[in-house]
Amino acid sequence: MTQTDKDVIIIGGGPAGLAAAVKLHELGVRDILILEREHALGGILRQCIHDGFGLTRFSQTLTGPEYAQRFIDAAAEQGIAYMLDTTVLRMSAAHAVTAASRKGLHRFNARAIILAMGCRERTRGALSIPGARPTGIYTAGVAQSYINLQNTMVGKNAVILGSGDIGMIMARRLTLEGARVSAVFELQPYPSGLPRNVEQCLYDYDIPLYLRHTVTNILGDARLQAVEVSEVGEDLRPLPGTQRLYPCDTLILSVGLIPENELALDAGVLLDAHTGGAVVDESYQTTVPGIFAAGNVLHVHDLVDFVSLEAERMAEAVKRYLAGEQAKPAIAVSAGRDVAYALPQHISGARDALLTFRPRRPLRDATLRVLQDGQAILTKRFPRMLPAQMEQALLPAAALKSHNPVEVVIGDA
Amino acid sequence: MPQAPERFDALIIGGGVIGCAVARELSRYRLRIGVLEKQPDICCETSARNSAVLHAGYNNEPGSRMAALCVAGNRGFDALAQELDIPYKRTGKLVVGFTEEDREALAAMKQAGTRSGVPGLELVSKAFIREKAPYVGGEFALWSGSTAILNPFRLVFALAENASVNGVQFFFNSEVTGISQAEGLYHVQTAAGAYAARWVINCAGLFSDAIAAMLGLRDYAVYPCRGEYFVLDKRIGHLLPLPVYPVPNYKTGGLGIHLTPTMEGNILVGPSTEYIGARGDYAATRRVMDTLLQEGARIFPHLQKEYFIRNFAGIRPKLTPQGVGGYHDFVMERRGNAIHLIGIESPGLTAAVPIAHEVIRLLQEAEPLREKPAFNPRSKRFCTFADKPAQEQAELIRQNPDYGEIICRCETITKAEVLAAMRGPLGASTITGVKYRCRAMMGRCQGGYCQTRIARLLQQEKGIPCDQLLYGRAGSNLFTGSVREP
Repeated sequence: MTQTDKDVIIIGGGPAGLAAAVKLHELGVRDILILEREHALGGILRQCIHDGFGLTRFSQTLTGPEYAQRFIDAAAEQGIAYMLDTTVLRMSAAHAVTAASRKGLHRFNARAIILAMGCRERTRGALSIPGARPTGIYTAGVAQSYINLQNTMVGKNAVILGSGDIGMIMARRLTLEGARVSAVFELQPYPSGLPRNVEQCLYDYDIPLYLRHTVTNILGDARLQAVEVSEVGEDLRPLPGTQRLYPCDTLILSVGLIPENELALDAGVLLDAHTGGAVVDESYQTTVPGIFAAGNVLHVHDLVDFVSLEAERMAEAVKRYLAGEQAKPAIAVSAGRDVAYALPQHISGARDALLTFRPRRPLRDATLRVLQDGQAILTKRFPRMLPAQMEQALLPAAALKSHNPVEVVIGDA
Repeated sequence: MPQAPERFDALIIGGGVIGCAVARELSRYRLRIGVLEKQPDICCETSARNSAVLHAGYNNEPGSRMAALCVAGNRGFDALAQELDIPYKRTGKLVVGFTEEDREALAAMKQAGTRSGVPGLELVSKAFIREKAPYVGGEFALWSGSTAILNPFRLVFALAENASVNGVQFFFNSEVTGISQAEGLYHVQTAAGAYAARWVINCAGLFSDAIAAMLGLRDYAVYPCRGEYFVLDKRIGHLLPLPVYPVPNYKTGGLGIHLTPTMEGNILVGPSTEYIGARGDYAATRRVMDTLLQEGARIFPHLQKEYFIRNFAGIRPKLTPQGVGGYHDFVMERRGNAIHLIGIESPGLTAAVPIAHEVIRLLQEAEPLREKPAFNPRSKRFCTFADKPAQEQAELIRQNPDYGEIICRCETITKAEVLAAMRGPLGASTITGVKYRCRAMMGRCQGGYCQTRIARLLQQEKGIPCDQLLYGRAGSNLFTGSVREP
């Protein structure tokens, strides 16, 4: 077993890990190593062959592989070290990282660890969708990998459950590759993906989106034959008597993403029940000193541009940490009325903090307020807010009145 | 001119745990043996879909075959597990009670068990429950010290692999469609060809009555009785160190909704008992899922939906119809040179090898069997990676770099294990086959990371064209073809 000391170990060579590495290098941190379990850098972007990436970060629209390549090229130019086909097995609170590759078992001791493992898809099992157990049921990302990376077609006649972005993108992909997509069904009364994907992936291809609907039964023996779909009521439970049968050979699930935090749990990192990611401060430092997190492993993003930007901000904080700065998280931040979650979960008060949040439901002319000691210390207006769309607001350190907890709410005071 | 059918001394119909146990035990003798399985692999039905418990034998009528063979199976398991490298653990088991009625029922179970020769039964207090399983409900319990948990897939594959090593031939996709008799031979027609044999051993589980009827035995009807389960995330596995059952209501046909840790640290919740029409209907229903959650939480309050990673169902081949419930004893009958094993439901997994010994006894009534000196009783599983300490892991990778490539992230299953699952005479050729042999895809992401990798490896390793790759059973094709010309 090899033993290596590193300033920074980055777990995951996807968009978050790459952006963090490149930024760290720019900031003068050179003893960096990216550990990537796949055969190439780029993470999930490798299979996202559609365009629409980069509008915020690069002011132009790129495909997923093109977007990733910008960072891969930058990392190559800087000579940043990485190991491919290397899976991290364990990680400790004392910053010991054990990884396996074909070359052997590797042990790293790092001054700082960056978690950039991304997320995984919620499955049928986690949702407990009733019905038969035929083949032909794929999560959207798995179907995307089969079609875009392996050149294998998953089916000819598909139904999609969940209006997550990958589900809608797969509706378009399946259509482009010659399959029929009869409908997309969404449990909530609003789409869970971005409006632009509803337009460009569904409506442009005449694929109907049914809100307040869910799959209530699955039929088929060896291969899927049909799904039964029902309307749901206000309580999101199926309404009896509303069942309709949709013949199909493929069901694509786009029903949520879960930050991949098993390694973080190993190290004793505290997770947020709502985001599934680590509890962090404004430096993206987790509850274990020297372990940082950014990107989808921290909270699920809707756009990769924001993953990169978040990772870059985190890199700056990691640089400060390596230089000996110690943040003392003193002020708790909680999500209040109409806020699904807010990051960071606590702040030091010593520097400005970028708050990231999502609303619980679609809102128009909404006002974000950050409350402390019963007063609004920050107010920001948004013409429109959607659960599918992450929002941000800068909370200046100067606005803080005390070390008492702050609450992020939407709506009037 | 049609080819003469391949001729065997004995044809075993069904590649579940019973068929494989019979095959393995019969392979001790100088016999030419074939196993006919309708699915593309062994271990596709009830043997793969159960609580994975090595039962003690107190649930069955003293004096019955069920009780005697279960007790024998439990007693003999240490030796069997050692020979065949089967992971198991004598955890013991608690049957927890809440009411006076329960207390009487538990006393009766203890008495029945003792009469059947079950060792280590004890009525215990709440304090004992708290000590053994601190997170489990119940006022008092029956403690069964000999109950164990095991890896049921490995049991079946080990039996089959060992049978194969000792000369047994396996034929897949070979559903039996008809059997006729001529010139002292059974002529067995299958979907994949015709075979002839002096002996036929009916181990067809859910379809054992249908096979019996083909041979003129129409006294038995199998009533399929479905049991649904939930699989819980390993993250709460440590809260349940041993199987915990409620006091059974035998009338329903099952042992009640219980909680069982698996060898690898998950928890199974179930099974329900529901008589159904179709024998292949493995569907899960909303109503039953709600019941499992409710009933399970009664004895394990930590049961929460957020820990669910999967559900599945198994089907008991019962000989007692709905309304009657309970247990009909295992049917083991010789009619001519046909031996019928019908209604082998729970505790069939535990009793499999003793059942096979009974088959041999029935066979020996008709003809002497000669032992094969070259019989090799041992089978070794490929070396697993996840459960090894770091130094051993490093050494495994040094010897075989495929151990350094993690295919299944959640369960830390390496390429070496995935390839081992595909290789050998009984190697997997389906996704499910790989999963059952090496556990890849059984973790919390349910193949989200590794299914695509396993699909690719299967195509490469076995030369399966993509449009013919099966998920599990016949017809379960994963792909309709290539997206575009490669």
